[in-house]
Amino acid sequence: MKSYLAILSARFRVLLQYRMAAAAGFGTQLFWGLIRMMIFQAFYDSSSAAQPISRADVVTYIWLGQALLGFLPWNLDSDIRAMVRNGTVAYELLRPVDLYGAWYMRALAQRTAPTILRAIPLLLVAGLFFGMRPPANAHDLVCWIVTTLGAIAFSCAFTTLMNVTLVVTVSGEGVARFMPPLVYTLSGMLIPISLLPAWLIPIVNILPFRALVDTPFRAYLGQLPDREFAFALAHQLVWTIVCVIAGRAMLTRSVRRMVIQGG
Amino acid sequence: MQDTLALYFRLVSVCLRSKMQYRASFVLLSAGQFFSLALEFLAIWALFARFGSLKGWSLAEIGLFYGVTHGSFAVAEVIGRGFDTFSDMIKSGDFDRFLLRPRGTVLQVAGREFDGRLGRLAQSAVVFAWAIKSLPIAWDAGKVALLGAMFIGGVCLFYGLFVLQATMSFWTIETLEIMNAVTYGGTETGQYPLTIYKPWFRSIFTFVIPLACVNYLPAGLLFGHSAVSSMGTALLAISPVAGLLFLGLSLLSWQYGVKRYCSTGS
Amino acid sequence: MPQIVVENLCKTFRVAERDPGFWGAIRGLASRRYRDVEAVRGISFSLDEGELVGYIGPNGAGKSTTVKILSGILVPDSGKCEVLGVTPWRNRTHYVGKIGVVFGQRTQLWWDLPVVESLELLRDIYRVPNDQYQRTRDELVAMLDLAPLLDVPVRQLSLGQRMRCDLAGSLLHQPRILFLDEPTIGLDAVSKLALRDFVKRLNRERGVTVILTTHDMDDIEALCSRVILIGRGEILSDGPLELLRRRVANERRLIIDLEDEAQQIEDEDAEILSRDRARVCLKFDPTRISTADLISRVTSRYAVRDLFVENPPIEEIVAQLYQEAQV
Repeated sequence: MKSYLAILSARFRVLLQYRMAAAAGFGTQLFWGLIRMMIFQAFYDSSSAAQPISRADVVTYIWLGQALLGFLPWNLDSDIRAMVRNGTVAYELLRPVDLYGAWYMRALAQRTAPTILRAIPLLLVAGLFFGMRPPANAHDLVCWIVTTLGAIAFSCAFTTLMNVTLVVTVSGEGVARFMPPLVYTLSGMLIPISLLPAWLIPIVNILPFRALVDTPFRAYLGQLPDREFAFALAHQLVWTIVCVIAGRAMLTRSVRRMVIQGG
Repeated sequence: MQDTLALYFRLVSVCLRSKMQYRASFVLLSAGQFFSLALEFLAIWALFARFGSLKGWSLAEIGLFYGVTHGSFAVAEVIGRGFDTFSDMIKSGDFDRFLLRPRGTVLQVAGREFDGRLGRLAQSAVVFAWAIKSLPIAWDAGKVALLGAMFIGGVCLFYGLFVLQATMSFWTIETLEIMNAVTYGGTETGQYPLTIYKPWFRSIFTFVIPLACVNYLPAGLLFGHSAVSSMGTALLAISPVAGLLFLGLSLLSWQYGVKRYCSTGS
Repeated sequence: MPQIVVENLCKTFRVAERDPGFWGAIRGLASRRYRDVEAVRGISFSLDEGELVGYIGPNGAGKSTTVKILSGILVPDSGKCEVLGVTPWRNRTHYVGKIGVVFGQRTQLWWDLPVVESLELLRDIYRVPNDQYQRTRDELVAMLDLAPLLDVPVRQLSLGQRMRCDLAGSLLHQPRILFLDEPTIGLDAVSKLALRDFVKRLNRERGVTVILTTHDMDDIEALCSRVILIGRGEILSDGPLELLRRRVANERRLIIDLEDEAQQIEDEDAEILSRDRARVCLKFDPTRISTADLISRVTSRYAVRDLFVENPPIEEIVAQLYQEAQV
């Protein structure tokens, strides 16, 4: 356990050093949040019909999304990618540690460190100037935190799975290209799930990605009934386990093959 | 001048030939781009399906804005990649080599890179074609010319933004992500008519970065929307020239940047 | 009529100072502190056409700054500079077409393309007429033995091969002056010799003026009739290589390999500089005791298996001169 924490904290600290990049990214995301907010507001102004999410809540949803964008498995580990490219990944694979665990910890750091750097100022600015609201009560806050933790756990499992595919299969690059936009859309980051056409929603519900964004955000907004909350957690857990098992299996098989072939 | 153009095309063809050696990853990258952008447009479509219109604008009209803006950005992105990635050159010190050749720096930087990823171009072309088909506009030579001017003005505008971004690397090597915000954000902004944005935002994108001049204002002539026709037809028709002027100003700032580089060293 | 004239050249750089750490970076955003670095402080020299000059000095001495000014890509703060009758930075595109520059570690060739295509591109960039290009190219290919390399992509070349191709590329437009910046760095022994040989021929047969910046003293000894030593932005020595040697206290080294590792040796006119088992390095002043006398004395007193005589390495001479220059 201690070694896992060591990996986590080391990687976390390295990523925190990219402060300059974080500062610059803040400006970009502020800009994006503004544009999206204005666009959605314009849409809402164009129709008087009642919507699954209110105009005010959409604003909060959008800013939450901008702040917590890093939690999404939208990029792979650049170091691992570099290792694949120059061939040193063989050394990594043959190390006598629990490789999956180590990579999971790396993913955890990668998902959390840069996000936290950006999220705090963004949420402050959005809350003060752009009409973003805090959770209505303690119940919503707790539900939000719990579902977010579940989302992070799944996101890291999925990221690690993608990193493993990158290393283990030839088509890894293809996965790396097509998964992120898909995840971005199906999670609710691009557009709140409830605003999608009705026939699309059942499909989105089965897939795990909704749990990454839409579910925690709805919990924040107080729109997640308790029964759904329990179901959502179970959903996150099942998909996380699936990804972990798949990732571990692929990695073990690949290491075994490498040892047999002599690296 | 001819000789300069000839060299430019030669440099570009050299880039393309180098890139062709990595064909497979190209196709993959282009496909990924196309997929990603297609999803984004589908989101817009979904929103229209739910809300019916966007402040009086229909999906097809938005499609036109989208097609022209993204299309001109796509072209600028492909041909302007030399400026887009210019800060790498400053970091590695390779820009000195360009200064040691008896040719202008703009020519060499413009020709050093060429992005072969056509995903964005293809996707915006698809949206554009669909929008044109769906819009009840009576097309004549004037309107087609206007469309062309919007497109070229847009390419000049975005190319100018890339040149500005590159010029900034003469002053600081820190990646100025804010410029990315302006170029990609500008594209995202331009895919909708400016009326949907707040007034202060609108002014930035009309007067500082004349995005409005290359798409929204001239488009008013195409649609005959009342909000715009108060400005006078002639003025609207030539507003894409603002894009060209913007590019001219960026190139001037570039020359200033090069001079500064030569007097302060790297 | 000298080809290159440099008079009292001065160049100072402003370097931003940043405090380390997170708070330093934040403070740096608010107020910048600057430090003035005098890279070049009043340098003067002149070169005639056809000279082969070595331009040496420790890192940070101002070598690359001078070369950048001479090649027209850096504007000095003050001083006069005239090369081929013009001021280099005044009309850049006009001037750089007459000079050639080769950087040791960076290639100007196109990475993914066969060498010959890079040469053709350079032909177009330098606007060399095709018949002249073909003649020059054929000559260079013969002189540098490039025939087997012409169709090979640059990325597949070894460092030595790439260097030769870079040389060819920089000479296609027949410049009268060639700047070589650390050309032999990282090269294997054979390539170094080939390169030196080529540069010597270029200078002797074609009369191309060559300015060679290098840390490798073997390059200097092999090629340069004249050496300019620069330190801390000033010229410390300008003249033949011998002049450089003689400016430092007369010194020679005698290195002997003893038969017996444990043998203690000493001599009244020589100082033991270093000892590695059987190998002893002695330092002596040839004006006090002649080399022949020292050798005969040492070999008569001790059992010596082998010996050789050396000049002190140029680095030491340079370091000493540099120390002298510190006021």
